[in-house]
Amino acid sequence: MDGCTPEPKREAKHYKSDLTPIWCPGCGHFGVHAALNRALAELQLDPAQVVISSGIGCSSRIPAYTNCYGFHGLHGRALPLAIGLKLARPDLTVIAAGGDGDGFSIGGNHFIHACRRNVNLTYIVMDNEVYGMTKGQPSPTTAPDWDSDLQPGGTGISSFRPLGVALQSGANYVARGFSGDLNGLTKLIVQGIRHPGFSFVHVLSPCVTFRPEQREWKSQTHPSGLAATPDFHEASRRLADDDGLTTGALYIGDRKPYAPAVAPLADTKTNLAHIVEEFSI
Amino acid sequence: MKQLTPAFDTVSIAITGSGGAGAITSGSLLLEAAGKAGWYGLMTRTVGPQIRGGEAAALVRLSRRPVSGHGDAFDLLIALDWRNVERFVAEIPLTAHSLVLADENAGEVPGQIGASGALCLTAPFASLAKDINGARPNIIALGTAAALVGLPESAMIETVAATLATKGVSLENTSQAVRAGFDIGIQLASAHGAAVALRLAETSRSAVEAKVARWMITGNQAAGLGALRGGIRFAALYPITPATDLLEWMAPRFPGIGGVLCQAEDEIAAVQMAIGASYGGVPSLTTTSGPGLALKLESIGLAVAAEVPLVVFNVMRGGPSTGIPTKSEQTDLNVALYGLHGEAPHVVVAPLSVDDCVLTTQWAVHLAETLQTVSFVLSDQFLGQAKAVLPTPKEVDFGTIRLKPVDPQAGIYKRYALTASSVSPMAIPGTPGGQYTADGLEHNERGTPSSQANDHHAQLDKRNNKLANFDYGAIWAEIEGEDDAEIGVITWGSTTAPVREALARARANGVKTRLVAMRLLSPARPEHLARALNGIKKLLVVEQSHSGQFLGYLRAHYDLPVPPTSLRHPGPLAIRPAEVCDALSRWS
Repeated sequence: MDGCTPEPKREAKHYKSDLTPIWCPGCGHFGVHAALNRALAELQLDPAQVVISSGIGCSSRIPAYTNCYGFHGLHGRALPLAIGLKLARPDLTVIAAGGDGDGFSIGGNHFIHACRRNVNLTYIVMDNEVYGMTKGQPSPTTAPDWDSDLQPGGTGISSFRPLGVALQSGANYVARGFSGDLNGLTKLIVQGIRHPGFSFVHVLSPCVTFRPEQREWKSQTHPSGLAATPDFHEASRRLADDDGLTTGALYIGDRKPYAPAVAPLADTKTNLAHIVEEFSI
Repeated sequence: MKQLTPAFDTVSIAITGSGGAGAITSGSLLLEAAGKAGWYGLMTRTVGPQIRGGEAAALVRLSRRPVSGHGDAFDLLIALDWRNVERFVAEIPLTAHSLVLADENAGEVPGQIGASGALCLTAPFASLAKDINGARPNIIALGTAAALVGLPESAMIETVAATLATKGVSLENTSQAVRAGFDIGIQLASAHGAAVALRLAETSRSAVEAKVARWMITGNQAAGLGALRGGIRFAALYPITPATDLLEWMAPRFPGIGGVLCQAEDEIAAVQMAIGASYGGVPSLTTTSGPGLALKLESIGLAVAAEVPLVVFNVMRGGPSTGIPTKSEQTDLNVALYGLHGEAPHVVVAPLSVDDCVLTTQWAVHLAETLQTVSFVLSDQFLGQAKAVLPTPKEVDFGTIRLKPVDPQAGIYKRYALTASSVSPMAIPGTPGGQYTADGLEHNERGTPSSQANDHHAQLDKRNNKLANFDYGAIWAEIEGEDDAEIGVITWGSTTAPVREALARARANGVKTRLVAMRLLSPARPEHLARALNGIKKLLVVEQSHSGQFLGYLRAHYDLPVPPTSLRHPGPLAIRPAEVCDALSRWS
């Protein structure tokens, strides 16, 4: 490159891979995929500099549907893998993605500590309140009275509140989007990637096969109409009154991201020789 | 073939006390002073799981030649007190030739100690310490130990002073305390003569005189160094005994060579972080011990399937379950070999001594990076927490390189391409055109999930063949002894030291033997072992396990020339050279 001719602008379609998603027709995850591609295009990120880490489940298939680097790893473990990667390679843009069972049940401990650790990455959870890939079992976000083969009459367990946990645990950016609101969701993902520290984007993403009633989310979800607050107490108050269907950025914090300092690699040889000296007797 | 070292003079000292009495510190200082005086030595520890009020014993062996294990019994036992001694008395064998020296206020000598027939004496460690500012009974006792084993008073004072100075004790007071102890030793020698003479024969020049470069290092530090030399630049752990001190040593040194260390929220997060970092192109390690290893297994299988280089350093302790966290046992062999679900070929290596922790760990990194697989390193509490004064190990360069694609932008990049070596070039994020999604789902050459029979078979072959067809070289085992020996002994890990010593004794008695100490446990190399056992007609397998895991492994994967005899028992009792000699003597 001569440094004068700008590189051709990347469009959303340039971030899509040639693989056809396994998702059912009408699945909310198509909307998240589209919003993610748009967000990456808006940020004009080089796909070779972006890594998407995921767990197991329908939504966790998303990395291979992009032209970015990806890691489709283990159920519930998208976050620690993403954190290790970002700590070792702070130059990369790291995104973790997955579903509600993956992130809040089997991966629940990692979710809490990822918020606490506040490494600079973005976590997108596609929440459809069901284990879809295993054909319709209740997840942590499922309402207690939702009837299923495995839990006839419902679980009787109150549902997990992702935004509240994220806020309490120290996430630096907390937002909720809806997969059917392409513009709104794109904006949240862009904001999340741009904002330093751990960004949590909770996405209501209907499972039309096992939760067909979630089609109604299109009319039920509604923007908060409020600007995101940097005030933890204010964000907590808003959550207390939240009906779970409010969309928009809730909280934008200013906690310092966790990023251990590393000496320049040039010192390696000298420092290793120095380390060895300490054993001499 | 390398010859076994003949038997040699050593002196073994145990220092015991309840937690906080300073037994471990004393053992460490005794070893260091011996090192300064030009000797070699080894100190291991046996402690209870609690921090204070438990029991602790430092087990020290000193010699004018390198030592890598303990002997059959202890020549000197110094008891700072007798509290809880029953918890580890079985680990400190004494004989009628041993000397037991207890504080005069420690009370009656416990029955099991007295039953050994050892000469039991007392000394005023605590009361002398009271009169010297900053002195503690264990420092007085150190002076006595130095006098009895023939260590120069000056080396002892110099060593203790360096430690006590950090606690504000003056050189004058330190000297006074060590000398007070030294005087006790001199008085004992004049009163009891030969019964308390533990001095080593002056068979050769000291290491200082001979200008031999030596290190004082623990097994876990040696492993840490091996990891650094191998190129490890990311490490993650969840704290677990007895593995944590490896990364505690590394933590302050790591940033200076470009390393990042992360304390994870759990064992699974730790291994996942290491996998993520390694996927990013940075050689990575996670450390753990038995229970943590069990938790990591699913993730380790992911690294095997996704072909992400990873070193899993496991310091074995007594199991199952929480087991005996502070004491050694060779019983994570089965889980390391067979713990992964599905068919997941991987490397398992084990260091054979404290100094070998450097080489074996560095080799483990080399194999993980070269073969894009998981290397388990099986160390144990004995090796990991042993501190040794030893000849500086030779530095090696394995020329470790992770294979990367030359021009991934040409055509469609296939991460899991089938190649001649079965190792495929691995694109590192940031490389244009190398984008792929690593996957724990079975996949095709490109990495796209596939449940097709042909893809599964091809990738199973690939992951197996890259390990099976690799040339591991002579480093796979240490083979020592006579070419025409008919008695063979196979062992692994920390039991190599007592076996070596036993075979040296056998040789001194004219019995020809051959030792095979296996460093590479997986993949099995049956043809290598068959060659190593050429001509062997009697075979002994030695291990520290109740069920005989190593024996079972050998019988499953190797065509042994004769049915083997097993010598084994569980931890925390160490395998003693005399046990091996006994087993051999039944054949001669």
